[in-house]
Amino acid sequence: MLKLIRRALLLLLVMTLLTGIFYPLMVTGLAQILFFHQANGSLVYRDGWPVGSVLIGQSFSDPRYFHGRPSATRQNGYNAAASAGSNLGPTNKILLNNVAERTVRVRTENGLTQNTPVPGDLVTASASGLDPHITPEAALLQVPRVARARKLPAQKVRGLVEGNIEGRQLGLLGEPRVNVLKLNLALDALETGTR
Amino acid sequence: MKAIDILQILLYLVLLIALVAPLGHYMFRVYNGERTWLDRVLNPLEQLIYRLTEIETEKEMGWREYAAALLVFNFLGLVLLFLLQLGQGYLPFNPQHFKMVKPDLAFNTAVSFMTNTDWQSYSGETTMSYLTQMAGLTVQNFVSAATGLAVAIALIRGLTRRTSSTIGNFWVDLTRSVLWILLPISVVGALVLVSQGVIQNLSPYLTVSTLKGVGQTIALGPVASQEIIKELGTNGGGFFQANSAHPFENPTPLTNLLEMLAILVIPAGLTFTFGRMVNDARQGRVVLTAMIFLFVIFLAICYIGETAGNPLVSSLGASGPSMEGKEVRFGVANSVLWTTVTTAASCGAVNTMHDSLTPLGGLVPLWQIMLGEVIFGGVGAGLYGILVFVILTVFIVGLMVGRTPEYLGKKIESAETKMATLAVLIPAITILLGSALAVATKAGVSSVLNPGPHGLSEILYAFSSGAGNNGSAFAGLNANTLFYNLAIGFTMLIGRFGVILPVLAIAGNMAGKKAVLPGTGTFQTTGVLFAGLLAGTVLIVGALTFFPALALGPVVEHLLMLYGKTF
Repeated sequence: MLKLIRRALLLLLVMTLLTGIFYPLMVTGLAQILFFHQANGSLVYRDGWPVGSVLIGQSFSDPRYFHGRPSATRQNGYNAAASAGSNLGPTNKILLNNVAERTVRVRTENGLTQNTPVPGDLVTASASGLDPHITPEAALLQVPRVARARKLPAQKVRGLVEGNIEGRQLGLLGEPRVNVLKLNLALDALETGTR
Repeated sequence: MKAIDILQILLYLVLLIALVAPLGHYMFRVYNGERTWLDRVLNPLEQLIYRLTEIETEKEMGWREYAAALLVFNFLGLVLLFLLQLGQGYLPFNPQHFKMVKPDLAFNTAVSFMTNTDWQSYSGETTMSYLTQMAGLTVQNFVSAATGLAVAIALIRGLTRRTSSTIGNFWVDLTRSVLWILLPISVVGALVLVSQGVIQNLSPYLTVSTLKGVGQTIALGPVASQEIIKELGTNGGGFFQANSAHPFENPTPLTNLLEMLAILVIPAGLTFTFGRMVNDARQGRVVLTAMIFLFVIFLAICYIGETAGNPLVSSLGASGPSMEGKEVRFGVANSVLWTTVTTAASCGAVNTMHDSLTPLGGLVPLWQIMLGEVIFGGVGAGLYGILVFVILTVFIVGLMVGRTPEYLGKKIESAETKMATLAVLIPAITILLGSALAVATKAGVSSVLNPGPHGLSEILYAFSSGAGNNGSAFAGLNANTLFYNLAIGFTMLIGRFGVILPVLAIAGNMAGKKAVLPGTGTFQTTGVLFAGLLAGTVLIVGALTFFPALALGPVVEHLLMLYGKTF
C-alpha cells in the first residue's frame, strides 16, 4: 500500500510539472512569439494608448455613440474583470420588466413609435456581459440618432455601419454582426477627419 | 428553420464523423502499444516518467488493484488541489494577489476538477491565481480525462480477454493517455485558439481608459492552454466566470466550431477504438449509431425551443429569437448546438447561459445529463457508460427471448447485470435524493434565483450536473454556500466513483470468463435493430426515472409560459 501511495504521489507530481507548469509556460512562450497581439488581448490603441480590447465590449450611453447590448455584470455592466450573464429564467418577472424598460428606452432614444419592433439583442443581456457585437439591424436602427447627435449626414453614418458589418466567418460560420467598439472608433475618426 | 443554421449543424456533424476513424485508429495503436509517429519524442519521455516514478510497466493489474491505484491517485490529486487553493496567496503567479480560497469552496472545487466535473461555484477571474489555474485546475483537467480513458480501455480489455485475471496497468494507461492523446492535441489546439484571439499571457489585469474616458479593467491570463484541454478532456471549467461565452475564451465562430469538435472528438473516436479492440468494427459502429440518433433528437428539441423563442419577451416588442444569455457572434444555431454537445458529453463548458434558455431549450441539457451522458459522453466515461447500457440492453433482450444473454462471445450473468444496474442507479438516486434534500431545506431553497418551476429546475440541474460530472449549471443558483459546496461536492464523488467502481468490477468479471461460441439463439449486438434497442433502453430508463421531476420543472414551465404566467 505504501508503495502504491508513493507511486501515485510521484506520478501526480510529474504530471503537475508536465501539464501544469511546462505545458502552459511552453504554450505561453510560443503564443507570445507567434501571436503577440492576440495572446495579449487584441488591444486597440488610439494615440499610442490602449483604449480597450476589440474582443471586449464597452458601455456606451452617449447618443453620439452606437450602443451595445445590455450587460448583466456588476458595476453597471461591461465589467471585464467579472464576466456574467443575468441567468434570469424565461418566466421571471424581473427579466420581462428589464426587457420592457429597455424596449421603451431604445424606442425613445431613437425616436421610434411605441409599437416598432426592436431587435432582440439590443434589449437582452448577453451571456458574457462583455459581448462586443450587435446585429446589423441593431446598428442600423441607431443610425439616425447618431447622425443627428454628431450633425453628420445619415447616409455617411449608414455607410460606416455597412462597412463595419462582419459577415459569417468563412462565409458560413456564426452570424453577421457589428463590432460596436470598432464602429465607434471609426465614427470618432470620421469626425476628426472631416473637421 | 433557417437553411444556414442547418448547414452549420451539418458541417459540425460531418467533421465530427470524419474524425472518428483516424482518431479512433490512432488511439487503438496508442493503447495497444503499437508504433505511432509521435514515438520518437514521446518514448524517451515516457521511459523517463516510469524511471522517476518507479512504475513497473510490465506488471498487469487485476480489477481491484487497478481500482485501488485509480482511487489513490485521484484522492491525492484532490488533496494537492485543495492545498494549492488554500496556499495560493503565498505562491507565485498571482499578479492579482488573490487570497486563499475558503475551505468549503476549495473542497468543492478540488472534488469538482478531480472528478472531471468542473462544477464551479467560484468565478475564475475573481478567485483563482494563475498558478491555481495552471498547476491545479489544468493538471486535473488532464489527469481526470486520462482516468476516464483508462477505465474505458480497461473495460474493453475485460470484454475481450479470456480467462484472464488482469485488465491492464493503470499507471501506463494514464500516462499514455496524457502523453500521446491529450497533450499533443492540446499544444496544437491551444495555439490555433490563440491565433483567433484566445489570450495566453501571465500579465496582471490591464486597466484601459475607454472611449468615453472611464476605466475598464480587463482580466487576462493563461487562458488558451486551459481552454483547449477543458474541451478536449470534457472537463468544462472556464478560466472566466462566463466560460466559453467569454470573448477571450471563445472569440470567433471558428473557435466555437473547433471547441465543439474538441468536446466530442475523443468520445466519438473511442467507439472506433472499441470496435478495433474487440476485433469487430460493427460493434463500435452500432454504439456510434445509437449515439448520433439520440443526439439528433435532442438537438432538434433544443433548436425548436430556442427558435420559437420566448413569447413573453416577443410580446414586449423584442423581435427575433430569444437572445437573453446568448452572444451575437454565435446566434441561436451555434448556441443550441454547443448546449446539446456539452451536455451530451460530460463537458459542461457553456457558450450560452443555460438558466436563460427557454423551458424546452433548457430541458434538453438537463435531460441529457440525467440520461447519464452516454450520447457520446465524457472522455472515456461516455464509452464505459454506454457499454453499461449495452449490457443492460442485452440482459433485457435476453429476458424477452428467454435465453442467457451474451455479449462479444461472453455470457452476461447476474454479477455483471447487478453491477450495470448499480452504475445506472447510483447517480440517478443521488440526483433525486440530493434535489429532494435541497428542496426540503431552507439552505437549499434560499440559493434559488428564479422563482416558480424554474427554481426547481435550477436545483435539479445542480444535482444532475454534479452526479453526471457535467459541470454546467442553471447558474442563477447561488452555489457558493456551505450547503451546496458540500452537497454537490459529495454528489460529484458518488457520481464519479459510483460508476467507475462497478464498471471496473464488470471488467474484472468479464476478463475471467471463457468464450462461448455463438449459437443460433445468440442475439446479434450489431445492426440497426440493436442500435434502436440500445437507444430505446437509454431513453426509457431515463424517462421512467426522471419524468416526474422533469414534469414539475421545465415541462410545466413551458406550459405556463405559453399560458402567459410569470413569476
